[in-house]
Amino acid sequence: MSISIRHVTKKFGQFTALNDISLEVPSGCLLALLGPSGSGKTSLLRIISGLEYADHGAILFQDEDVTKQAARDRGVGFVFQHYALFRHMTVFENVAFGMRVRKMPRSEVQDRVQELLGLVRLEGLGHRYPSELSGGQRQRVALARALAVRPRMLLLDEPFGALDAKVRQELRNWLRRLHEEMHVTTVFVTHDQEEAFEVADQVVVMRQGNIEQVGTPQEVFDRPATPFVMDFLGNVNVFHGRVQAGQAHVGPFTLAFADYQHDEPRHATAYVRPHELEIERTPSTTASLAGRVVQINPHGAVSKVRVLLDGYGAEVTVDLVREKSQQLQLCLNDNVFVTPSTARVFMPDVDYAI
Amino acid sequence: MQVKQGHGPGISTLTPQEPFWLRCVLISLSFLVVGSLILVPIIYVFYQAIAPGIGTFFHNLLMDRDTRHAVWLTLTVAPLAVLFNTLFGIAAAWTITKFRFPGRTLLMSLLDMPFAISPVVAGLMFVLLFGMQGYLGPAVREWGIRIIFAWPGLVLATTFVTMPFIARELIPLMQTLGSDEELAAVSLGANPWQLFWRVTLPNIRWGLLFGIIQCHARAIGEFGAVYVVSGHIAGETDTMPLRVEKLFQEYNNPASFAVALLLTLIALATLIAKLVLEHWLTTQEAARRAEIEELPA
Repeated sequence: MSISIRHVTKKFGQFTALNDISLEVPSGCLLALLGPSGSGKTSLLRIISGLEYADHGAILFQDEDVTKQAARDRGVGFVFQHYALFRHMTVFENVAFGMRVRKMPRSEVQDRVQELLGLVRLEGLGHRYPSELSGGQRQRVALARALAVRPRMLLLDEPFGALDAKVRQELRNWLRRLHEEMHVTTVFVTHDQEEAFEVADQVVVMRQGNIEQVGTPQEVFDRPATPFVMDFLGNVNVFHGRVQAGQAHVGPFTLAFADYQHDEPRHATAYVRPHELEIERTPSTTASLAGRVVQINPHGAVSKVRVLLDGYGAEVTVDLVREKSQQLQLCLNDNVFVTPSTARVFMPDVDYAI
Repeated sequence: MQVKQGHGPGISTLTPQEPFWLRCVLISLSFLVVGSLILVPIIYVFYQAIAPGIGTFFHNLLMDRDTRHAVWLTLTVAPLAVLFNTLFGIAAAWTITKFRFPGRTLLMSLLDMPFAISPVVAGLMFVLLFGMQGYLGPAVREWGIRIIFAWPGLVLATTFVTMPFIARELIPLMQTLGSDEELAAVSLGANPWQLFWRVTLPNIRWGLLFGIIQCHARAIGEFGAVYVVSGHIAGETDTMPLRVEKLFQEYNNPASFAVALLLTLIALATLIAKLVLEHWLTTQEAARRAEIEELPA
């Protein structure tokens, strides 16, 4: 079941949560709404589910306009960040709830609940109460409960946000596998770019009620559409400067910038990711910059090295893979050369990557 | 929580900073006040009621037609007031916790008014509204309904005075519970009726029961407001507290104390019901905790 969001606007008093949002979610897609808090991602999810109504705009499921339909008629499975399990009901009754209120026959309910408890690997825990389960188990019950009524789509609001890192990782993989088995259209909200990239087919980056970029995780990561997306998707080194006559002078770098050929200089910003910088003992190209190591942080598989650039007065962060750092044997205050392998230059209305 | 043993035998403290003598003074003072203002009067009521003999006690309670009527009236009026306040309390708590609307804070403050206003003043308000010369009195009379100097007035006055108990109990509870479970129920297809009976009510049932118990205890003993609206007609509008006072004024002390004892016993029963419920809930909670701790991590 595909979802069409057409020109949806939502305001809370003076605050604009969603500003004329349009988005297509293809049938069977697993889509992540990614953004910082206040970006409108949860509001959008709630408007799709019918738990919230848009001020303007329309929501279509396939070709059916559901804009004015109540949440309980939409046939949507919704999973809350804090599970929202019925605390006075057992796991079994929680999963059965949607079928009970629809007056499904008892035997059918029994079979379906057992089937779902198997699916979420909670067989034998049907008699427990939510307070007797771990966080990960609770969220799996919430998923089973949402799936019990065979929803037309599954909506998840920060589903793994309240769990610790290891359980979160397990549930991500599990959700991905579950989606591959069931192929129900799924939209989930997250502020964790790693989670979005790992689980989703499509990523929608949101900011202040607007969509910044839509694409596959690879597209969004490799070709961020705006400085915001670039910045939001992980650590970056930022250099301010100007563009003029086909060249960008940003910080210590000079790069070709074909999109701007005028002689009049304009402000521009360059973004370089830590893994896109190389550290060397001797300069390899003319773009190499001399600097001094001021901090080394062995950070698991990757060492983070901070280098103070001579003549520029700014520090950059460089990610070094293990072999490289073992080969270099860096010490504090070593003089090194830093070379960018790639950089993205953004200027108002124009962007360009080398 | 760390509990440190104090100097004296059996006296311990959670905050070991206070000097020993201060603790002794405070503990004795508390016992003195509770004893002289609560315990001694209750024992005295028992004594006065039983002193003329058990036979006289039951004779006073059961053989007097007006007293029997007073007991019956109280046991009708109080549950009715509790019923109205239960319905109103749930509706008010729901409105205040689930919706945001202009005047919400004002509504919350107004809910406390019956506690702030003297019951006598509350009674007077109803007399002024529904009495013979009142604003609404003649209109209501045309419909053939008597409110003042009749049992509807008693229910009205009692309901007013005990109004905040249930709503006050439910509002903080429903605020803590939040609305996630209800939203989940809605998204699973529950209609408002199913939502209330299957999700909301089971979640608030203990709080609601506490509110009802407190409301009932207060409704049984209500005197001031009822005094004003009842007209004090023996065998017609006298409730138990009014009967106690009337018998006392007539120098019929044994009968007065007999009714007073019955009132006290009802109050004690209510109190015990509350304690039992509290105890049961704590043990339930403890059992559940123990069970969770036994679970594999």
